[in-house]
Amino acid sequence: MRETKQFDNHFGIIGWLGGGRWGIERYLYIIHRVAGLGILLFFMMHIFESSVRIFGPESWNAAMNVLKHPVFKLGEFVVYFGFAFHALNGLRLILIELGFAVGKAEEPVYPYRSSLNVQRPLMIVVMVIAAVVILAGGMNIFVLH
Amino acid sequence: MEQMKKVPITFYIRRFDPVTDEEPRIQKYVLQVEKGMTVLDCIHVIKEEQDPSLAFRFSCRMGVCGSCAMLINGKPTLACNTQTLDLTDSVLTVGALPNFNIIRDLVPDLVPMFGVHQRVQPYIIRKDTQEMEKPSGEYFQSPHQLEEFLQFTYCIKCGVCMAACPTMATDRQYPGPMALTQAYRYNTDSRDDGGGERKDLVAKSHGVFGCHYAGECSNACPKGVDPARAIQLLKRDLVRDYLHLGKDHACAKTHPLPPNAERKPKIEAPPFTAGT
Repeated sequence: MRETKQFDNHFGIIGWLGGGRWGIERYLYIIHRVAGLGILLFFMMHIFESSVRIFGPESWNAAMNVLKHPVFKLGEFVVYFGFAFHALNGLRLILIELGFAVGKAEEPVYPYRSSLNVQRPLMIVVMVIAAVVILAGGMNIFVLH
Repeated sequence: MEQMKKVPITFYIRRFDPVTDEEPRIQKYVLQVEKGMTVLDCIHVIKEEQDPSLAFRFSCRMGVCGSCAMLINGKPTLACNTQTLDLTDSVLTVGALPNFNIIRDLVPDLVPMFGVHQRVQPYIIRKDTQEMEKPSGEYFQSPHQLEEFLQFTYCIKCGVCMAACPTMATDRQYPGPMALTQAYRYNTDSRDDGGGERKDLVAKSHGVFGCHYAGECSNACPKGVDPARAIQLLKRDLVRDYLHLGKDHACAKTHPLPPNAERKPKIEAPPFTAGT
């Protein structure tokens, strides 16, 4: 058979954003993945920052002075946001992956009702809890300290 | 009869000719569209009246065969199932399904999807090979057992879920919603005993746990198959199996022939005579 040239139409990372009907679960999917990668990046930066101690107290104090900049306060909140969202949404995903809240297979009758509709109350409860936890953390970071 | 009102719609079709193009280009067509015309109808008219070189794939025109899946206004769906004037009154973009290679214009290369479908062994696998070769009776299956997987048998392999899946976009080793749904469909079938053989594909690192429940496959599916549900239930069964928590899946037994009944003789398939 004659081989013909084909165009690679994989979306790549843009595919996280494009090619769909934009249900709310897709936004959660993107935030979950970005938050996961962000936490990983934070851990690496945190290890680097902590490792400054081996160069002596002066280096350590200098690093601590840099971290007192207000930008890092915002960064602290972003890390907290990512952690709280990733943890709570992760619990929702674990519950769903264990078969809770997706319902049983049913006859597809138009207009179709999918497992997304079944798990939506769980999603709303988890997101409300996440919002409360994130707001409480924000209050602690920006107002109380 | 009153003349039906026609609306001028501008179609921006993403085209690719493997002979002349390095990458896809957008071509503009203007068409008078009336109520009742699907996107597939419009593309037919464009091909007949404006540009015979436009390539696309179709067959049944009624949402059964799954050939005409395309990216319409950024969403993967069946062109024959989509009313043009329901989507727009001015501009419509049409392109080939993403997450597949483009062969030409609106024709995606679905071979990788069918390849992975083949690898999940989408058929009944049993350990009693003798019974498989020479059946002595029907297998028991209750209506309740049938309902456990019936929804997932409506899949028409159109590739819309694969195009909508954000995990497919970045992970090329991910089997995709269609194949995983079919793996669950056969694993759950009470007549089947091949779950262990399918585990190699679905439980590996780029397997079913790559799904983080964006739910786009279920939103996009034109047949209401709900692949996201099948994938979550497949994960549940794998976890139960790993932790030895699940009930042993007893394969359906054969129903013996009632007394005084005779089985019809097996109809032999005619010899294969391709090319004659």
